Order: sequence, then structure tokens, then C-alpha cells
Amino acid sequence: MLRSLSRLAQGYLISATLGVALGIAIARVRWLQTTVKPLVLGLQALPSICWLPLALLWFGLSDMAIVFVVVMGSLLSISISTEDGVASIDPLLLRASGVLGVRGLRFYAGVLVPAALPGIVTGLKLGWSFAWRALMAGELLFVAGGLGQLLQQGRELLDVAQVMAVMLAIVAVGSIVDQVLFRLFEVRVRRRWGLAEAV
Amino acid sequence: MLKRLRQRFSTRNMLVPSRARAGLAKLAVRRVGHTFANEVIALRNVDIDVHSGEFVCLLGPSGCGKSTLLYALAGLVKPSGGHISLDGRDVKGPGPDRILVFQSPALFPWLTVRQNLVFVLRAKGLGRLEAGLRAREFIHRVHLEPFENALPHQLSGGMSMRVALARALAMDPSVLLMDEPFGALDAQTRSHMHELLQSIWMRERKTVVFVTHDIREALVLGDRVVVMAGRPGRVLQDLEVRLPRPRDPDDEALVELSRRIRAMLARAERVSDTPPPIPASRETAHEEAAPGAGRIPGGTPPPMGADL
Repeated sequence: MLRSLSRLAQGYLISATLGVALGIAIARVRWLQTTVKPLVLGLQALPSICWLPLALLWFGLSDMAIVFVVVMGSLLSISISTEDGVASIDPLLLRASGVLGVRGLRFYAGVLVPAALPGIVTGLKLGWSFAWRALMAGELLFVAGGLGQLLQQGRELLDVAQVMAVMLAIVAVGSIVDQVLFRLFEVRVRRRWGLAEAV
Repeated sequence: MLKRLRQRFSTRNMLVPSRARAGLAKLAVRRVGHTFANEVIALRNVDIDVHSGEFVCLLGPSGCGKSTLLYALAGLVKPSGGHISLDGRDVKGPGPDRILVFQSPALFPWLTVRQNLVFVLRAKGLGRLEAGLRAREFIHRVHLEPFENALPHQLSGGMSMRVALARALAMDPSVLLMDEPFGALDAQTRSHMHELLQSIWMRERKTVVFVTHDIREALVLGDRVVVMAGRPGRVLQDLEVRLPRPRDPDDEALVELSRRIRAMLARAERVSDTPPPIPASRETAHEEAAPGAGRIPGGTPPPMGADL
């Protein structure tokens, strides 16, 4: 279980960082919008597990291969949501920033990212569940420890109890992170941004 | 009848065509024209001089190009013809020397009132301490101390606008541009904002260009009222308002002046609504307001009442 989580953490961190950066880049740079965006949308249709053969060829039977699958599984949805978040920023806010002389790094860190944060959070949440699924699929298909392998083992030993227990564990981890971590963060952001009724 | 006549006589010197002044204009608009991509002529041959410390109101019906002109002054729109210069230098893009206050407050929703001010002041290059002090000072000026730590969505429309005003003033621009900033407020809040803006302006004497379609608002606030008409956007008359400050929107003289401007706008509309040929802007202005209208370079201007 810890092995699964550490792979997930690595993969997720990489894809969150890259995904947000890619999303912002696509939203802000016109030629990326016309070239990379259709590509990202297209690749999103590819189930993440389809990256596994390629990952095995490139990285061999290693943790890297699984992390790669996790990254590819969540990166695209994070960047799509980020792009959406940036695109739906009130243009007046961007105009006002220009008029008030907010430029460069201060603009990106202080205006663009916070303004797009509701969209980014949605992306991170989506990305998290995609990453978790990709990880499980990857671990099921190739044996390298972790929850997925435990599940496979249960099947081979005809141990229904183990199979069900592992399934429950997977659901538990997924929903705890989703409900507790992301929910709290999302609610705080929405409240602060004035998007939800502050109760 | 007699009373009306006397009133008209007594107000005739309060609204006169403004004279071309000596000295370099702070903000000079020269033969500016702008045509949108859909071939609508937003502005044609607009000439306006704004002097240092003047409060100029651009007044006109919607679609007369007044906002386009303001955006061009801010550098957000590049006019397709003519020049705009500030202190002798051409305006090329937006800059912190010209702060534009929009129709809606455009505050950063995730920052508190104070952080909204501090953030833009820091972007201007002020230190943390200095920015904090300055933010506090300007929040005080718009009487919002109790809401210093509130978030924008917790404020009313009038309060948000006050924050936007404080934020713009704190940046200490050499020209403050305002695009119908009080248009979305209710009448009562709006008149409070007029009082506030007047008192701040009387103290600071900032150069202000203020766009509005509300005649009374223009007369309450402006030293000069530039009356514009649409299709194509042009200046009808450039008038100087000689009423003592602080002004009261219900003052009889002011009401009388607003009646006159309304009549002028109505006539302009009739002229431009008549089907072709559409007369060129210059001629319209002359035809319109017979003797003593238009800009008179130097000399004593005849009182504006003469043409009525």
C-alpha cells in the first residue's frame, strides 16, 4: 500500500506541476492554443493504461514505468481544466491588471493563477482520481508490488475475501483523499472567491 | 414666465464655450479617429485638450464613442488615426501614469480590501511597509476603515466602487480616467459618490477625464463638459461650467444648464437621424449651434445663452 502511495505521490506531483504550467501556457499563447490544444484533447481520449506498453519499452520493468503511466493519466485532464480556468477569467480583471501596471511574474503569480484557481482545483481533483485509476490499472497488469498486485494475487489464490478487501481499500483511499483533502480546499477557495454562499 | 426668463438670463454666463488656453496641455487629443473592424466609425476628428488639474466630463448618448475615446486615452485601444499625447509624449499602451476606473469595480476577488490596494502598490515598486501605510491612508479617504479586511464579495456596490476609486487614487496617476464609474449604482449611492469624489478632487486637484451619459452628473462634477454626439462620434461642443463648488445636483442654475444641454443633444440626434447625406462633423457643429458655438480660439466667448 505504501508502495502504491509513493508512486502515486511522485506521479501526481509531476503531473500537477506540468499540467498547470501546460494549461496556462496553452491558454496564454495563441500558437500553442491552435497546435497543442487539439493534441491534448485527442490524447485525453486514450485510456491511460494504453501508455503502459510504451512505458515498459522506454523505462523497462521499473517504478518509472508506472509513474509514467500515472503522469500520462492525469496530466492532460489537469491541463485541460487549468486552461479552462484561465480562459474563463473575467477579461475585465486582466484589463484592470494591465491598467494598474501589474506585469510579468507578479501578474502570473498574483493575478492569473489565483483568478484561475477554481478551475485549477477542479483539474487537480479530476487529475487525482485519474491518477489513482491509472495506478491501479498499471499495477494490475505488471507485477511490481502495491495494491494492484495484491488484488491480482487474491485472484490467483482464489481468495475472494482478499480481492474484496483490496477493492474496499482502493475505494477508501480514493474517497478519503477526494472528500477530505480536496473538498476542504475547494470549499475554502470557492468561499473566499465569493463563488459560493458563505454560510 | 418672467421668472424663467430671469433665471435663464442669470445662468447664461455659467456655461460658456471653453477657450483654447495657453500653455502645453496635459493630455492632448489631436484629430483622433477610430473605425472598428466592422467599419463603424466610432470617432471622427476629435480634438480635446485637457489641462493639468482639470476635471473634464465626456458627455454623450451611448454609442457616441466616448468610452472608445477614454480607452484610447488609457492606451487600451489604438485609435486608427490621429495622436494622443500625455505631457508631450505619445500614448502607446496602458501605463501607471493613467489609471482607468471601469464601470464595474474590477477588484481582485481573493484579496481583502487592503490587500487589493497593497498588491497594486507593490507592483508599482513600493516597499511592504510603505505600501501598507499608503493603502491605509487611501482607505481612510474613502471612509472604509471598518471594511479594511473584508473581501470584495462582502461589500455593497457603492463600497466596492469606493475601493476601486481608492485603489486608483493610491497609485497616484497623473491622469485619472473614469468610465461611467457610478452608472451601476442607485441614485442615492451615486450622489454620495459625487460628494465624495468632489471633496477628494477639491483637495487633490487631480486631472480627471470622466465619461458619463448623465447630464447632471457631468455638470455636478466637471469643470468642463465636452458634449459628444454619435454616428460618427464627434465633439459637439466643449463647454466650461462656471458654477461654484461643491455643487448640488438640485441647484436651480444647474438644472437649467442641464435642460439646455439636453435640448442640444436632442437637436443633434434629429440632425444625424435624418437620412443621407450625413454632414461632416465640423459643419454639423456649426449649423447646430449658430452664433458663438464651437471652440473659439482666444478672445471673449459670447455667452452660450445667445443661441437659445
